[in-house]
Amino acid sequence: MKALVAVKRVVDYNVKVRAKADGTDVDLNNVKMAINPFCEIAVEEAVRLKEAGTVTEIVAVSVGEASCQEQIRTALALGADRGIHVEVEGRPEPLTIAKLLKGVVGQESPDLVIMGKQSIDGDNNQTGQMLGALTGMGQGTFASEVKIGEGSVEVMREVDGGLQTVSLTLPAIITTDLRLNEPRYASLPNIMKAKKKPLDTLTPEQLSVSIQTHVTQVGVTPPPERAAGIKVEDVSQLVDKLKNEAKVI
Amino acid sequence: MKTLIVAEHDNAALKAATLNAVAAAAALGGEVDILVAGAGCSAAADAAAQVAGVTKVICADNAAYEHQLAENVSLLVAELGADYDNLLAPSTANGKNIMPRVAALLDVGQISDILSIESADTFTRPIYAGNVIATVQSSDAKKVITVRTTAFDAVAAEGGSATVEACAAAHDAGVSQFVREEVAQSDRPELTAASVVISGGRGMQNGDNFSLLEGIADKLNAAIGASRAAVDAGFVPNDYQVGQTGKIVAPDLYIAVGISGAIQHLAGMKDSKVIVAINKDEDAPIFQVADYGLVADLFEALPELEAAI
Repeated sequence: MKALVAVKRVVDYNVKVRAKADGTDVDLNNVKMAINPFCEIAVEEAVRLKEAGTVTEIVAVSVGEASCQEQIRTALALGADRGIHVEVEGRPEPLTIAKLLKGVVGQESPDLVIMGKQSIDGDNNQTGQMLGALTGMGQGTFASEVKIGEGSVEVMREVDGGLQTVSLTLPAIITTDLRLNEPRYASLPNIMKAKKKPLDTLTPEQLSVSIQTHVTQVGVTPPPERAAGIKVEDVSQLVDKLKNEAKVI
Repeated sequence: MKTLIVAEHDNAALKAATLNAVAAAAALGGEVDILVAGAGCSAAADAAAQVAGVTKVICADNAAYEHQLAENVSLLVAELGADYDNLLAPSTANGKNIMPRVAALLDVGQISDILSIESADTFTRPIYAGNVIATVQSSDAKKVITVRTTAFDAVAAEGGSATVEACAAAHDAGVSQFVREEVAQSDRPELTAASVVISGGRGMQNGDNFSLLEGIADKLNAAIGASRAAVDAGFVPNDYQVGQTGKIVAPDLYIAVGISGAIQHLAGMKDSKVIVAINKDEDAPIFQVADYGLVADLFEALPELEAAI
């Protein structure tokens, strides 16, 4: 069984991103970049399926500028077997990424596509579902448990009221939620080995995708600031404030 | 302009999140219709017909839609979407699951989690866990949008008199099946709809200690939530999680207990009207957003609070 894992290069989750003073865009000068945390969980899940003998090959794919090869190498160091970089300038939209991934799915014919439920930059939560629509595959979004069966996969999903389990015909798409697994750290020998693993580059033209703009960012602002209030001395003062000042209880 | 809203419901009843989406649709202007796709969902469709400002309810009652499987429902929404300018859903787990699939079927982008409507094609939405608010403009003729429910005040659930129209379109993509559901049963109000929320974090130390929150929640008719740290540690189930990737809440009163206030948690609750923080670490970031902060050991403060209210 072949697994295709999509990874995205994003600002490291520890960085507090701010809007530029002129409001044109976020300030990404000299910030640390990393693999999107949800994508890291996707890679880990594929590696565990390979360790369990279910998956035989893991292909890591990323859509973006040349620099995203760094994140493909991270995925290779974590256990992916080879990489594909779809080279695109700028910040491609979810629909564009989904179309390009559809092209890669067409070339690779994976049984399973595993990706993060959202990236922590755009917070769109769209690409996996869009790839599902474009390929006709079923989707197990917000996955917290994955069990491979004969020709199908059972996915337990984190939904608003609790957990929902669905069964999907393979090939299928899984998007990861936080509690699917805890990703490992890449060991130094594996990081060295990853440098020698194959990494191919494709262009949108090779995948017959023409890039269109659907949604444009016209500006950014900081969120409204919430001013800190007061510290109360004890519980009775707190209850007094809530009753008589805020009038919420 | 015509807008179709994909209703959030459980076949028997319409969920409150739908009312927030109707408010966003009303802000767009023009006719507002609601799609209730489910199985045995006529009660939910009747409830949708009562919602203020709605013209028509489309009731698609078919076994294929019973569990809101995105593969099936998206085909229905995309087909019905031919007659509409905007397709909206609340940004719930269902909305997030279904709508991007609809957008891709229609070959348009999706605008996720909108906070405001600036014009017919321009919206604001949070990015980077809410650290930045982006203004985005859509160039698609047909717009697929999910609505952050806390950003739009719900319209009245009563007072409308929409017509209910049955839709016979049956779409079963045949690639997914519902297996089971583990839904938490609780007498408490829903987390996203409660006017008071009391949440526990890592400081609660274990799941049993969440019982300290229950007495207070009973007295205030509050919902109980948790930080990601508490959910990851296994203290409480995932559906308790308040935060950027969990539930977004904006109650009248939010009480954060033993929660340090990671940015991802703040993103899920900082629009609450009044925030109370109880934490023994006086430097905890949660105090920077709290209206009332109490530096105290929660194991002493909670029983006192329960007794005092």
